[in-house]
Amino acid sequence: MRAVRYTKDHEWVRQDGDVATVGITDYAQSQLGDVVYVELPELGREVEQGKEAAIVESAKAASEVYAPVSGEVVAVNDNIVADPAKVNADAMGEGWFIKVRLKNPKELDGLMDEAAYQEFVGEQH
Amino acid sequence: MRYLPLTDADRRDMLAAIGVASIDDLFTEVPQPAQHQGLLDLPRAMGELEVERRLGAMAAKNTVAGAVPFFLGAGSYRHHVPAAVDHLIQRGEFLTSYTPYQPELAQGTLQYLFEFQTQVALLTGMEVANASLYDGATACAEAVAMAGRITRRNKAVLSGGLHPHYRSVCETYARFSGEQIEAQDPAPGGGEDLASLVDGDTACVVVQNPDFYGEIRDYSALAQLCHQKGALLVVVVTEILSLGAITPPGEMGADIVAAEGQSFGNALNFGGPYVGLFASREKFVRQMPGRLVGETTDAEGRRGWVLTLSTREQHIRREKATSNICTNSGLCALAFTIHLSLLGEAGLTRLGALNHAAAVSAAERLAKVRGVKLVNQSFFNEFALRLPKPAAPVVEALAQRGILAGVPVSRFYPERRELADLLLVAATETVTADDTERLAAGLAEALR
Amino acid sequence: MNEWSQALSAHPAAGEAASERTISGNRGLQIEEPLIFEQDSPGHCGVDLPEPPKLKLRLGGLERKGRIGLPGLSEPQIVRHFTRLSQKNYAIDTGFYPLGSCTMKHNPRLNEKMARLAGFADIHPLQPISTVQGALELIDTLAHWLKTLTGMPAVALPPAAGAHGELCGIMTIRAALEARGDKRSRILVPESAHGTNPATAAATGYEVDAIPANAKGTKNQGRVDVAALKAKLGPDVAALMLTNPNTCGLFEDQILEIAEAVHAAGAFFYCDGANFNAIVGRVLPAELGIDALHINLHKTFSTPHGGGGPGSGPVVLAGELAPHAPLPWIVHGLNGFDLVEHARGDAASTIGRLKGFHGQMGMFVRALSYMMSHGSDGLRQVAEDAVLNANYLRVKLAGALTQAFPGICMHEVLFDDAFLKDSGVTALDFAKALIDEGFHPMTMYFPLVVHGALLIEPTETESKASLDQFAAVVTGLAARARSGDAEAFRTAPHLTPRRRLDETAAARKPVLRWRPAPVQREAAE
Repeated sequence: MRAVRYTKDHEWVRQDGDVATVGITDYAQSQLGDVVYVELPELGREVEQGKEAAIVESAKAASEVYAPVSGEVVAVNDNIVADPAKVNADAMGEGWFIKVRLKNPKELDGLMDEAAYQEFVGEQH
Repeated sequence: MRYLPLTDADRRDMLAAIGVASIDDLFTEVPQPAQHQGLLDLPRAMGELEVERRLGAMAAKNTVAGAVPFFLGAGSYRHHVPAAVDHLIQRGEFLTSYTPYQPELAQGTLQYLFEFQTQVALLTGMEVANASLYDGATACAEAVAMAGRITRRNKAVLSGGLHPHYRSVCETYARFSGEQIEAQDPAPGGGEDLASLVDGDTACVVVQNPDFYGEIRDYSALAQLCHQKGALLVVVVTEILSLGAITPPGEMGADIVAAEGQSFGNALNFGGPYVGLFASREKFVRQMPGRLVGETTDAEGRRGWVLTLSTREQHIRREKATSNICTNSGLCALAFTIHLSLLGEAGLTRLGALNHAAAVSAAERLAKVRGVKLVNQSFFNEFALRLPKPAAPVVEALAQRGILAGVPVSRFYPERRELADLLLVAATETVTADDTERLAAGLAEALR
Repeated sequence: MNEWSQALSAHPAAGEAASERTISGNRGLQIEEPLIFEQDSPGHCGVDLPEPPKLKLRLGGLERKGRIGLPGLSEPQIVRHFTRLSQKNYAIDTGFYPLGSCTMKHNPRLNEKMARLAGFADIHPLQPISTVQGALELIDTLAHWLKTLTGMPAVALPPAAGAHGELCGIMTIRAALEARGDKRSRILVPESAHGTNPATAAATGYEVDAIPANAKGTKNQGRVDVAALKAKLGPDVAALMLTNPNTCGLFEDQILEIAEAVHAAGAFFYCDGANFNAIVGRVLPAELGIDALHINLHKTFSTPHGGGGPGSGPVVLAGELAPHAPLPWIVHGLNGFDLVEHARGDAASTIGRLKGFHGQMGMFVRALSYMMSHGSDGLRQVAEDAVLNANYLRVKLAGALTQAFPGICMHEVLFDDAFLKDSGVTALDFAKALIDEGFHPMTMYFPLVVHGALLIEPTETESKASLDQFAAVVTGLAARARSGDAEAFRTAPHLTPRRRLDETAAARKPVLRWRPAPVQREAAE
């Protein structure tokens, strides 16, 4: 399992072979507040890096979740649909959104690593 | 100036506190050429007496519905509103309160809107309703847009029995949003085949029940057909009282209901403000436009209410909102809620029966006038008559004689000669036997 | 921990002593009132109706079967129910609403009396025109006042609210461009704009392009970045939507330059008139170069907010847009006033209908009553007092709060939450504490261009004493927030009929209507 990578829109992606797991970061969930609803794509849908893949809503805000990588959606986390609080409780683990079969693994190279992301977050305020 | 609390002494003190010499110093950011010197060419301030005289003079030039035999409907209905309604809505805490964005300060508003949502859901037979839209016509346009979002299809088929204003508003909205509207021709007396128009591109079919001509139909089969083809059925109701007497859209398989609530609690008011009712299946609730009130608990575990699912709305979603709508029709919705609360189940049923009885009586009496034919097989409190000559001049002649005889269909379709002889007549609980007799006599005279 | 969890786990501050707990759950004048559905006396009715005659039904065999589920109550119960509900509401009649861009001014009762005259309230929109000349005269008079107050040649009256007016304005713009044969795809909207602006643009088929505001400390701080705006102008821009004064309470002083640039690019200039109260009678929007402006009658012209509506949003229009105005039009005919209800003749280029019937007549009567009561002299005084009151609050609160863009403001003043830094108190908590002090909170977190925005608009109908009291309370609360009592703020409000409500739960598991409790089945069946 490779290390986690991050986008500027606060998504994380963790590669495992040719499938990658995607979610929103702990920073993102803390900014959103209590998550009340998530809208996940259908299985089989093609997502494109940087384009909208899912929607996450709190009581006060709604945000697009952009795909950090391109590929086919092979799994969606029904647990967070049933219990959106999981996104707040464990954004980096149990609060994952979708799994994507990678179309182009090289896309991951262009994303931030842990250190770079932490620095990026530090600059936010 | 009775509405301005500041005195000249106040103004002087405040300018001093701010540190400027005159009020003009607070307008320095406005470019000089744009600042208007002196007063605009409009009357000066008037006391209450003067305002009452002037507006009273304008009001006196209108023929008041309650003063004459009155038979107009066509989407706006004259009902008796109990005296308590108007007193209650004028309580300052209702009249002058703001949108309930701070729920701790607005449990009154939120609770009555929750009651309103429940009443609308019960009346329409649907699972969930919102806290109102502007009126029935805009509710209809919003329903079409919502069906497009849900089905991700582009085409809406509108029945020819849909109120022409509602059709027109749908067409205006669609022109700019890119939906394709297929509005059918008016077909009073039936003969429309909507089922054949539903295909894989159809987002929704929009029907009205009772329709514009008053006809009542069962749309269950059409609902099933729509669902088979992946389309939604939108049912419009312009006379909400009818749902106290006939099968509601929810029991026919409707997916969205767009209705006008004016009949409960709200006067004719020359067309506005009215109150749009909007209801749908629960699974579509996140696609619903407008405000929604939800039940919750507070920090001490007590039941209370809040605006919810706000992330659909413009103040959060901005360009991705389900609609640009901001206001609901608050006070009109309150009037609706109070009136319907006073009626209750028993009163609503009885009021529906009284309306139907008045209309049956009027239809039978008017059909006896030579040359006049009743078009409808069925109706609730409004029906269409076919006269032996164009209806509009007949209505004008009767108006000159102090009888408001109904609405000529040509008012909506001036170019359609085949509709020119049609007259829409509504008879509510406010119509007496004497009124009907005078209308019958007047018609007979006008048709001689 | 998020806000809700924090509130739940905090100590319930100033809890009730055992001796204060009542048997009923009521607290003095505050009555716990159930839903009407929970007070059903089946068969009961609050209206006396005659027995309907027996007759052969003509409902097409579609008579309603089964119970609808509506409760039955008598008139005394209903009056008590809604009276008790009203007592849980804050209102302008009770106190100050410092809400920004809402213009929560006093709602004169004369307006209510006029709107209820039978000659206005008891007339049907489709009566023969000859029987409603007085109604058309009223609407025409209102139109005259709106055109004169704005300097614009035409006005569209049907829109039912401000957002509806925006839709109307942008639709006429698109229609005018199409009439020119000009297809454009973008609308420019400042980042400080109210959410209805981009929502309207999207609903009309346009892409939204946001323009930043100038940062604090720069020249023209808080106003739209004109250089950025000009850079975004091009042959594919249909319009600029601007609010002036803007939502930071500042006059866009470069507006003439902006209008020129917009027009030079072939685009239209739409102005959101929500803040017209600052300039009414003193500035003619026509002279600012705007092409369309919606006016919120429920803001500037005092029609009541009614707990969320109804509103009215007529739109004044420039000459090129006027032919596209929505139906119906009120015109002067041979025999008095006439209604143009169809797209032909002069109205052939109309965008069509935006709502049923003619417009919000009830609000027209109220607004005209207000306008006549004030007159051209009174309305000018309204703008001056509104701006005076806002600047007075600005200086009174300068010690306690941090102004987002220091300097003179117009009718509203914008602060940010810098004064709460390191206090552990959020802007939300601060606002909830204000509720315990008997005030509706100011607008929070809007406009988005400022972090933790607090936008205050006093309006001209607040007395100096009212402003002094408000300033004293806010100053006191700010000091309390900084002194480290974050806990009390986080659990506020304490004194309202309900404490802070769980909006998360309401959104996760929405309960949007009452349902009867499931009937318990007997064990033996």
